[in-house]
Amino acid sequence: MIESSLKTLSRSLAEKKISSVELTRAYLDRIDAHNAEVNAYITVDAEASLAQAKAADVRISKGDTGPLTGIPVAHKDIWCAKGWRTTCGSRMLENFRAPYDAHVIERFNDAGAVILGKTNMDEFAMGSSNETSWFGAAKNPWDPTRVTGGSSGGSAAAVAAALAPAATGTDTGGSIRQPAALCGISGLKPTYGLVSRYGMIAFASSLDQGGPLARSAEDLALLLDVMVSFDERDSTSLKRPEEDYSRLLDAPLSGLRIGLPKEYFGEGISSDVRAAIEAAIDEYRKLGASTVEVGLPASELSVPAYYVIAPAEASSNLSRFDGVRYGFRAEGYSDLLDMYCKTRAQGFGAEVKRRILIGTYVLSHGYYDAYYLQAQRIRRLIARDFAQAFEQCDVIMGPTSPSTAFGIGARVSDPVQMYLSDIFTIAANLAGLPGMSIPCGTDGAGLPVGLQIIGNYFSEARMLNVAHLYQKQTDWHARKSPVAAS
Amino acid sequence: MSLSLDDVKRVAMLARIEVTDAESAQILDQLGGVFGLIEKMQAVDTTGIEPMAHAQDLVARLRPDAVTESDQHDLFQSVAPAVEDGLYLVPRVIE
Amino acid sequence: MDWEIVIGLETHAQLSTRSKIFSGASTAFGAPPNTQACAVDIALPGVLPVLNIGAVDKAIRFGIAVGANINRRSVFARKNYFYPDLPKGYQISQYEIPVVEGGQVTIQAGGAEKIIHLTRAHLEEDAGKSLHEDFHGMTGIDLNRAGTPLLEIVSEPDMRSAEEAVEYAKALHALVRWIDICDGSMQEGSFRCDANVSVRKKGSDQLGTRREIKNLNSFRFLQQAIEYEAGWQIEQLEDGQQIQQATVLFDPDSGQTRLMRTKEDAHDYRYFPDPDLLPLEIDDAWLERTREAMPELPAARSHRYQTELGLSGQDTVLLVSDRDTADFFEATLAEVAGGDRPAAAKLTANWINGELAAALNRAEVELAACPVSAPALAGLISRVIDKTLSSKLAKDVFDGLWKGEGSADEIIDRRGLRQISDSGAIEKLVDEVIAANERQVADYLGGKQKAFNSLVGQIMKASKGKANPAQVNEILKQKLDSR
Repeated sequence: MIESSLKTLSRSLAEKKISSVELTRAYLDRIDAHNAEVNAYITVDAEASLAQAKAADVRISKGDTGPLTGIPVAHKDIWCAKGWRTTCGSRMLENFRAPYDAHVIERFNDAGAVILGKTNMDEFAMGSSNETSWFGAAKNPWDPTRVTGGSSGGSAAAVAAALAPAATGTDTGGSIRQPAALCGISGLKPTYGLVSRYGMIAFASSLDQGGPLARSAEDLALLLDVMVSFDERDSTSLKRPEEDYSRLLDAPLSGLRIGLPKEYFGEGISSDVRAAIEAAIDEYRKLGASTVEVGLPASELSVPAYYVIAPAEASSNLSRFDGVRYGFRAEGYSDLLDMYCKTRAQGFGAEVKRRILIGTYVLSHGYYDAYYLQAQRIRRLIARDFAQAFEQCDVIMGPTSPSTAFGIGARVSDPVQMYLSDIFTIAANLAGLPGMSIPCGTDGAGLPVGLQIIGNYFSEARMLNVAHLYQKQTDWHARKSPVAAS
Repeated sequence: MSLSLDDVKRVAMLARIEVTDAESAQILDQLGGVFGLIEKMQAVDTTGIEPMAHAQDLVARLRPDAVTESDQHDLFQSVAPAVEDGLYLVPRVIE
Repeated sequence: MDWEIVIGLETHAQLSTRSKIFSGASTAFGAPPNTQACAVDIALPGVLPVLNIGAVDKAIRFGIAVGANINRRSVFARKNYFYPDLPKGYQISQYEIPVVEGGQVTIQAGGAEKIIHLTRAHLEEDAGKSLHEDFHGMTGIDLNRAGTPLLEIVSEPDMRSAEEAVEYAKALHALVRWIDICDGSMQEGSFRCDANVSVRKKGSDQLGTRREIKNLNSFRFLQQAIEYEAGWQIEQLEDGQQIQQATVLFDPDSGQTRLMRTKEDAHDYRYFPDPDLLPLEIDDAWLERTREAMPELPAARSHRYQTELGLSGQDTVLLVSDRDTADFFEATLAEVAGGDRPAAAKLTANWINGELAAALNRAEVELAACPVSAPALAGLISRVIDKTLSSKLAKDVFDGLWKGEGSADEIIDRRGLRQISDSGAIEKLVDEVIAANERQVADYLGGKQKAFNSLVGQIMKASKGKANPAQVNEILKQKLDSR
């Protein structure tokens, strides 16, 4: 049961072969037994989860069911969920009980899903390894001495360790795709604007986008049906015709044109990763797809541009954490200024502070044009590159991450090295394009490799189709991590 | 563009983050590397390129002028560090 | 040495929307602390702003009223600074591209008209309030006001005296109320001014270093603060000192300005476009709709009153000083019966600018709360026109109207104030007075003009003041001369 797809679970629930309470309890038991190995969850509240499960069972008994009714879902601790401690991985919000629900949480609640817990993450989603969490690093279920990737590391670890059937995450520069790749699961960052940001604690507003993490593309489609919805409370939320993201899953791939950016296969990518990606692309050729080389010349500037834009927005977004209305307030201050400075010095961790300082600097008097405006102009060049590439192809493929999961602690002292972990994922955020990662192999040590698929705006259904047919043909996504198998 | 220790302290004050001298030196060192990365942008000629502030080139959607919120200050203040008589308390502000 | 004072004003007008500029919380004044501060206003983690169409609409109205350029695309930026009444740590404000640019306001200065040019007017959100009463040495923060829409109206440094600055502020105050975008309550802080003041030697075309006086919430304080500040600056310069750019506060108790405690970083606001808000676009149709919905502006009304009704410039200045007065004037005039229009208009203007204004002043009430309605006043004026009332009696009737004693006609009847214009009745009175005053009649006939006035006085007294004086004069003269 623990390994079943969402579709199977949904059918079992509808046919009353299992109750939501039983299913939820089974996962809670596994969390009890194994969370210590991976540190995937920050907060578990069995009572709250089981109450929701009970309510779901009532709905099911009345025949009032949807595809996710009664299914437990783990949520990245970045989403406000009313009554739930919502920490964003930070000491600043260690004891913050959200007084309202994020739009995404409302959608899951309305669908009858059960909140299974709040998952670990890099502090304020700033990190690529989950090591910046105030609650300790999440550990990779394939090798607990290695990172999960980040920032949605807890969500990826929870799914990969079978401590949740599915999870939500958010992706500002790769924070869904990169941990999905490193933990051997599937994850999707939708087109910017499809998933409401209301109630998602902001990192970089013009880049942040919520999305699902799960074991398969098929599962992602069901989650996306719930997560994508117009929300008038988010000015950047898009009003689109309602979609059924499963509708194209089995469409044939013949005629699919895959763009391969030469920039994604250059130096810096490990040979194991390259081999796995190339093998996956061969598989696609067998499925009837053709490949074409495309150029994304400006994308080599995506990391520099991102590390101006994201910190700039973050420096401002995080100003509200001042110890006045909620969250941490330091003790032993002499006056207001001192209260601010101590609260923010003690409430934020080193990486968050570093990014706030970078962002404050690039926006400060005299530097704005050279940094912020220049980064925004490069952002446009990057988006134009993609527009041109998509004239030649339907999807773009390449590695999600240049390497497989690295050791915990290996990159913490070198921010530049850490920032380059996201070199292939950032461009999609800058352009606002949808991107996903699916498992496509392992390295010599048996660690998962992720294949990144970047689609044109609003082409999520097609991307899920591309991923699903690959997953029908291969079993990388079905392989179990040691923790999941235990 | 090279960052100085004074820059770090100035920016930390702007951001209201207390840093000790030792921390400043360490931050300076790390930011030096990050700005080395960022500086690569300066090599690109972006003359005539319109800055891109948002992921989509769309315009604002407006909401009607209607009151939709009701008083929830008890709930909101249940998570506040210091309140009295419905007010948030902070160290004395002198203008 | 001769000095010239140079003043520019930044005026914050709270826009009279029902809800806040970026949230659905109420903007009503005076609620208990933080009961109108919703999740967005207190900047809970994860909340987002959505722009209120009503605030934009009012900004457009202002732009049209001052003949400004309405930018078809404007941008909201974040102004970053830390202050406990600023919950997000930044204020959302238009910076590089405001909604309104240019425009002008005409003021009366030294008996002549003067044009004050506007730089811009932009939309932004108000901050909360810090309450400095003692909470065990702490300050209390009320965020009810946070997020109230503001239009910041920035003038060019076109004013040359405190009086001109006050005239400009009053004209602006009248205008924002006229076009119904701000309630203008200075006491509640709906309309407040910052004054940028500098001085320079007369004849110089260089601007001196300015100091900004913050948060002036009455015309009197505005005048006092500028006068003090300019005097202080002149004194400094004459002492050989230099002026440092600074922000100062006006203390009404001492009548002096003093330096605000500002951090050295206060002016590095790190503006950048708010990524949560997309650019504001105003299309032709919206502009056209707004233009059509605009009320007739004061200048247009003033012109119409002068050309169509023959009123003097002096009369119209008072009538168009605010829209309530002008509307009241028109509503009254529409109900006044008899007389030709220019005469009726003149009489109506006199009543509104005279007796009515004085009564409102005495009672310290606004026209909106005036106990005398426009139709009631028109009833009174109609009785003056048809000579039922002398101007003296009319004042008594007005008094009755003010006290709520009914319509003019009811009061006239009840108090028996109807003017006696019946020549038969007047003749009778005249005959009686002539009969009783043979000596004065003889005096008059003997050439003493004074005796005539004395007789008129007695006739009026006998009529209890109700006889039509013109008729009394005429009939008395006739009777005496025919002797």
